[in-house]
Amino acid sequence: MKSRINDFAFKIATANGTGSASANGLIMQAIFRMGIPVTGKNLFPSNIQGLPTWYEIRVSEAGYTARTPIFDLMVALNPATFDKDVAEVTSGGWLLYDSTWPLLEEKMRHDVTYIGVPMADLCNEAFDGVRNRILMKNIVYAGVLAALLGIDREELIKLTQEKFGKKPALLESNQQAIELGYQYTAQHYKCPLPIQLERRDATKDAILIDGNTAAGLGCLYAGATVGAWYPITPSTSLMEAFTAFCQKYRVDPETKANQFAILQAEDELAAIGMVIGASWAGARAFTPTSGPGISLMNEFLGLAYYAEVPAVLFNVQRTGPSTGMPTRTQQADLLLCAYASHGDTKHINLYPADPHEAFEMAVNAFDLAERFQTPVIVLSDLDIGMNDWMVPKLTWNDMYQPDRGKVLSAEELEAAERFSRYLDVDGDGIPYRSLPGVHPKGAYFTRGSGHNKFAKYTEDGDEYQEVLDRIARKVNSARAAIPAPFVKRREGARVGLISVGGCHGACTEALDILEADGLPVDYLRVKGFPFADEVREFLDSHDRTFVVEQNRDGQLRSLLILETEVDPARLHSIRSYAGFPMSAQPIVDGVLAKVQVPA
Amino acid sequence: MSYITKPQAHHPSLKPNALGLTRRDYEGAITTLCAGCGHDSITAAFIQAFWELDMEPHTVAKLSGIGCSSKTPAYFLREAHGFNSVHGRMPAVATGAGAANSQLKLVGVSGDGDSLSIGLGQLCHAIRRNLNLLYVLENNGVYGLTKGQFSASADPGSLNKRGTANTMPAIDSVLLAINLGATFVARSFSGDKEQLVPLIKAGLMHKGFAFIDVISPCVTFNDHEGSTKSYAYTRRHQIEVVEADFVPGRREITVDYDPGSVKEVTLHNGDRIMLRKVAEDYDPLDRDQAYAYIRDRQKVGELATGLLYMSGMTSDMNDQLRTGDTPLTQVSHGDLCPGSAELEKLMSRYR
Ligand SMILES: Cc1ncc(C[n+]2csc(CCOP(=O)(O)OP(=O)(O)O)c2C)c(N)n1
Ligand code: SF4
Ligand SMILES: [Mg+2]
Repeated sequence: MKSRINDFAFKIATANGTGSASANGLIMQAIFRMGIPVTGKNLFPSNIQGLPTWYEIRVSEAGYTARTPIFDLMVALNPATFDKDVAEVTSGGWLLYDSTWPLLEEKMRHDVTYIGVPMADLCNEAFDGVRNRILMKNIVYAGVLAALLGIDREELIKLTQEKFGKKPALLESNQQAIELGYQYTAQHYKCPLPIQLERRDATKDAILIDGNTAAGLGCLYAGATVGAWYPITPSTSLMEAFTAFCQKYRVDPETKANQFAILQAEDELAAIGMVIGASWAGARAFTPTSGPGISLMNEFLGLAYYAEVPAVLFNVQRTGPSTGMPTRTQQADLLLCAYASHGDTKHINLYPADPHEAFEMAVNAFDLAERFQTPVIVLSDLDIGMNDWMVPKLTWNDMYQPDRGKVLSAEELEAAERFSRYLDVDGDGIPYRSLPGVHPKGAYFTRGSGHNKFAKYTEDGDEYQEVLDRIARKVNSARAAIPAPFVKRREGARVGLISVGGCHGACTEALDILEADGLPVDYLRVKGFPFADEVREFLDSHDRTFVVEQNRDGQLRSLLILETEVDPARLHSIRSYAGFPMSAQPIVDGVLAKVQVPA
Repeated sequence: MSYITKPQAHHPSLKPNALGLTRRDYEGAITTLCAGCGHDSITAAFIQAFWELDMEPHTVAKLSGIGCSSKTPAYFLREAHGFNSVHGRMPAVATGAGAANSQLKLVGVSGDGDSLSIGLGQLCHAIRRNLNLLYVLENNGVYGLTKGQFSASADPGSLNKRGTANTMPAIDSVLLAINLGATFVARSFSGDKEQLVPLIKAGLMHKGFAFIDVISPCVTFNDHEGSTKSYAYTRRHQIEVVEADFVPGRREITVDYDPGSVKEVTLHNGDRIMLRKVAEDYDPLDRDQAYAYIRDRQKVGELATGLLYMSGMTSDMNDQLRTGDTPLTQVSHGDLCPGSAELEKLMSRYR
């Protein structure tokens, strides 16, 4: 068989809570350190122990990061899902199983090569204690895969040294387990398999990081000081990351005072209330949450919008409605976040496509929230937030100055004849703000009830409308300040394709496939809401545009129709919403179903 | 100081305090509440207390939820920022503001609907955090603003305006606060300014969560015969248990206290609160006893008022967060951002 270098995918099926996560991370990192582009997708249950979990690793010389549902090799270690896992292997592929327990001949597939390694037996002989044997079995399969795929064993050994260097006993058993798996496989099978790895130099400027860690780091760099939250998957690790970074970088070396405050709220209503209170007082404040949390925050979001208080929210989306599948990914909160709250509201939304953008957009979010004095919601998703992605190293420009917006200092207030909170002094729809405790002249009454431009209570329709109209102008003007869309036009393209956030990897891959098949397609990825003018221009310049997104109802398509008044007949929807990260083929199929490849 | 020689006939609200400010300077917009509403008397007590404390108005931040009571922060301290938030959620907004700027003097005003129904959770958690906030619950037993429905503080058997009796037990905010570990718990009556002003002053100076439940009759919906939150009923049933007096640290104690009956509590900054027992055998520093006493009084239909419970030195939310003396809002971005070199270093962790 012809060998396939650095271009294949494999999947590891285990049970949750058995310690497989660290072995999977080890494998992925070792491949990354071999300089080969790699991505991992963790499909885990909403459970602490026992339910099935899968880890998918895709190696792609071309650097494609999207999920692929075609697996050349399955590591089937969970009896509960064994039959289903076997069925998923692509024809001509391989199946690795624990041969401590024999397989039934009649149940075996004939188009798949079975590789049995008695992992449990090996561990029972080598290690003591039930828990330890279970844990080490994971490391054994890492060793087996090193032999089968050509993962550099030295990289695995080095990684265990970095990880367990301070715990000699653990280090020793880990290295022993790698060796056990490796040696047994090398002795019993022809290694490596035709699917194999070869060292490259394609990852030296890259990192492996998850979007929640990157976003937490963005909050740190943006100078956020107050974080309020109520734990919810898949956003929890964002606040955990922020906390850890603060403990490292934000304790005053002299006074030992914390230059941060993390408030674990009693619920999401309180979390957003705390953010609003802190922002009102002049801090950069944020809350990470997921769909159910945003639902609870609606009333407060309307207040922040109408009373013009900055607030930064991260919605790490999971499947809905209701509790949905908490550990599966989706983009089904697009409409909710665009117009959250009763009344006429519209919010600035940012849509990162990967952890690198999650970092950058976290910083953008604070600048935009303070500049426009309004909530900004960063919408990532479980796939971006919790999976490790290969992205360019994060960098920082030390010239960065936070955009704190129009906030009057004590001196400015002192010098001013009069301060009116909601007066459109500069004609840009953005009024001046004052902070509590600064100067008596800055005092005003912040309220969600009807108010006029002088911040006085009003029930006068004209006065009320004047303020409401200005706010609409203000928020709409943000479309020029949000990150510009990603656009890639192709020679000869007649149709367009628009996507958002985490669909990006699948879209770029699909568009390459289509072009190779003779169908060039223009591409735009929206990075924020309200939509930049380029979005409208893109729509106008194509008779038909495909809209790719991960929800049932085509929410991005609805938003485009609502906001640009594009003819709905010109927008074709391609959707994926079963809870898995998107892959390229359904996009290719979706386009080809409507457009013929030119002869 | 020329003003001392000014004729006594001068309007009392024009007498200046140590900052040279008169009571007028502590007022706000004209009230829009019903004439005779208890809430307006509490507003007047606030004005008096701030004036007596020589407080700079703009150092205060006033926060509230939604209700007639929650409107009142507009009616005092026009030179202070106010925040009329959403129904029942004032504690969260105050918590955020306090975390961001520990130097703000936070005052929260709420109603019994705002605090004990929709906002009960937030009240409880603000108490647990010991947020440095004076929280005044203007308690009238009804939802005034939505026209007189029973609130959770309505006593069982109390009649509404149509003569229907409330059947459910009341949530007693004072017992709740003591139970949850509040560090300053008082009850008063809007009609008793003598008692209320010193309580507000003491509450303002207390470091941590100071809770004052003030019976504040709703003249429009709950001041009739058969109501247990009317002026007449409260006058008849109120008993003062402990009288509080706030004494700034530098000042000599000039009042003659009967030695055995006074407990002195020194605050974090050296100020003192003198607690004068009116009821015999009452110890406002003993949480269990205070709780039992208030309940016993309730059983015989009496409403114990005064500074009912107080714990001395406490660690407030900002102490627990260890945010230090400098408000977070005053730390510069340069100090908050680790910079490019650190990020570069950090990146090796993700390889
Ligand atoms: C979410 C929400 N639900 C309902 C209301 C209507 N509402 C306004 S004030 C109020 C009750 C206020 O009662 P209380 O806090 O006791 O204040 P009072 O008017 O008696 O001083 C209600 C139910 C609201 N503003 N918001
Ligand atoms: S309705 Fe009741 S609570 Fe509201 S202002 Fe009138 S008297 Fe006061
Ligand atoms: Mg009420």
